[in-house]
Amino acid sequence: MAGPSDPGFDTLALHAGAAPDPATGARAVPLHLSTSFVFRSSEHAASLFNMEASGHVYSRISNPTNAVLEERIAALEGGSGAIAVASGQAALHLAVATLAGAGHHVVASSALYGGSHNLLAYTLPRFGVQVSFVKPADIDGWRAAIRPETRLLFGETLGNPGLDVLDIPTVSAIAHEHGLPLLVDSTFTTPWLMKPFDHGADLVYHSATKFLCGHGTVVGGLLVDSGQFDWVRSGRFPELAAPYSGFHGMVFSDESTVGGFLLRARREGLRDFGACMSPHTAWLILQGIETLPLRMARHVENTRKVVAYLDAHAMVRQVGYPELASHASHVLASRLLPRGCGAVFSFDLAGDRRQGQAFIEALKIFSHLANVGDCRSLVIHPASTTHFRMDDAALAAAGIGPGTIRLSIGLEDPDDLIADLDRALRAAEKAGGRRA
Amino acid sequence: MKLQVHGRTAQVYTGGKAFDAALPCLVFVHGALHDHSVWTLLARWFAHHGHGVLAVDLPAHGGSEGPPCTDVESGADWLLALLDAAGVRRAALAGHSLGSLIALEAAARAPERATRLVMIGCTFPMKVSEALLTTARERPWAAIDMVNAFSISTHAAKPSYPGPGMWLHGSNRALMRRTLAAGGTTEGRNLFEVDFAVCDRYRGGLDAAARVACPVTMVLGEADQMTPARSTRDLAAALKARVRQLPSGHHLMAEQPDEMLAAVRQALE
Repeated sequence: MAGPSDPGFDTLALHAGAAPDPATGARAVPLHLSTSFVFRSSEHAASLFNMEASGHVYSRISNPTNAVLEERIAALEGGSGAIAVASGQAALHLAVATLAGAGHHVVASSALYGGSHNLLAYTLPRFGVQVSFVKPADIDGWRAAIRPETRLLFGETLGNPGLDVLDIPTVSAIAHEHGLPLLVDSTFTTPWLMKPFDHGADLVYHSATKFLCGHGTVVGGLLVDSGQFDWVRSGRFPELAAPYSGFHGMVFSDESTVGGFLLRARREGLRDFGACMSPHTAWLILQGIETLPLRMARHVENTRKVVAYLDAHAMVRQVGYPELASHASHVLASRLLPRGCGAVFSFDLAGDRRQGQAFIEALKIFSHLANVGDCRSLVIHPASTTHFRMDDAALAAAGIGPGTIRLSIGLEDPDDLIADLDRALRAAEKAGGRRA
Repeated sequence: MKLQVHGRTAQVYTGGKAFDAALPCLVFVHGALHDHSVWTLLARWFAHHGHGVLAVDLPAHGGSEGPPCTDVESGADWLLALLDAAGVRRAALAGHSLGSLIALEAAARAPERATRLVMIGCTFPMKVSEALLTTARERPWAAIDMVNAFSISTHAAKPSYPGPGMWLHGSNRALMRRTLAAGGTTEGRNLFEVDFAVCDRYRGGLDAAARVACPVTMVLGEADQMTPARSTRDLAAALKARVRQLPSGHHLMAEQPDEMLAAVRQALE
């Protein structure tokens, strides 16, 4: 039987969570730059504080503009709700801190953004949370790493920067066998390319700084809950299924069957750690999301052209893009990422470090900086920047070589991007010749 | 809290406060593929404002053991038995959708025990199309999507339920999927089929209405496509109900939580 269902992705990207403002008639989402919100009465104030009514009290905890962004990303991901935070790092920290404490353990993919690796490998152990790293394709390794004190499995949809595709259906099944949730960093793919919840993930986060914002203007993070994980049945999460003395003895899973995680993350994590998102940031990310479908289609289209060009170039040793048959994740990518594998990828120059520098310095359209997902094309050398704290063994485990160059393909005319790369590759070739 | 009802465990949410049977009791009964969590804000408010609150998980829903009730009448018997187990003689009964029919039937079976009846998102007869029942049997997730789209009238329900950042379409879909998964099967039928068949087959609404002795309030959604407000006239007349319409779809507690609180407070006055 044909029947109604939620609107499509493009419609949700424009409308989810927002309606014309009832107070002013404003059609675009209003920017509520207000730290706090007036109570209608003393009774109303008490009701808000005791979760007898829904509403906004103080913008560290929630804000009307942020709430639109939270609902919108939840709609696009197919989740039950979301929390906007100060950065992608803050989103990862909020997820871990809500579920794990001293004595607990996390199993993580070894192919991670350097900042995530830092948090997990160095900082969290200082607070008593131990982390085991597993190569994302090592399925037996995921299973073997789980301990009684494990609280979370974590990986990236496309590992940074090698683009190892996480086998979410298999890893989530392993997690669920053990009563554990799978957290996925979906920054590189966005919900336009993949909805991890459809494949079994339980929690998703984004560095919204990247493609969701899309314009390289603000830093922000979004943490989304599928609402599908049963925290009570798991038996491992008294943080959610037992009275919490830090919030009136509340049992969060009792208050909301599908929102217990987000309730605790907001009412403890945002309240106490305070890594909230500015409403101005939320507003700018909303502007980005409104054109996300159009931008992602163009990002992928441009990337395919650049990948094809580089893959055929004599100065390029190899291109690491999962749509290429040579990539280790090619088959998995065909299954999980039919719309494309994003706009960030790496390639290895057929040259030495000096030629690599010549390449980067000859680029005129690509900007040399530490970011991805901008509408402008970007370039970076991971071994000396984003992943410089990793030793050679950790670099190799993450699929990074000393000559690896990472590109983030923007929305420029693809012919101009290819011309820019062509000029830079000739400069790199020339630099090699000069040396000889 | 947990109670033993008909020899099985029933889970009851008490609004974040220990239940006190000495206080005026307010019972909330959820609808199909839902559980107590659709009542969180209302339950918390009344529990902290002088009421003993029992937001039940119907059998095979939420934390309550199955099997599910296969007709409204047995649901009403179960609800009255739950009141006995909680030590409650008289209570105000509030129900949503399927739960409103169970509350109606309970108020009719034991009119001396119902102090008020609040029927939310209700109608009678509560017919369910054969096509939806077939979809529920063959592709229950597709049927959930259909009911979800029918039940919610806006893509910007404010203030978000139960708090900021919750996406009503997604949270309602997740709740129905989880309830379906945990509900198992009864005589080969999944919980979606069972719940909607209970609504569809109930024939005793007008007879029950004639036996209800307490004041009745109906709270209806102006944009409700599941139980359209216009279809309630006969039942409202039979119950001599006070009817209040809110700018909402079928999921009134989540779409209009503040207005729902005002409506239920008024109903209990």
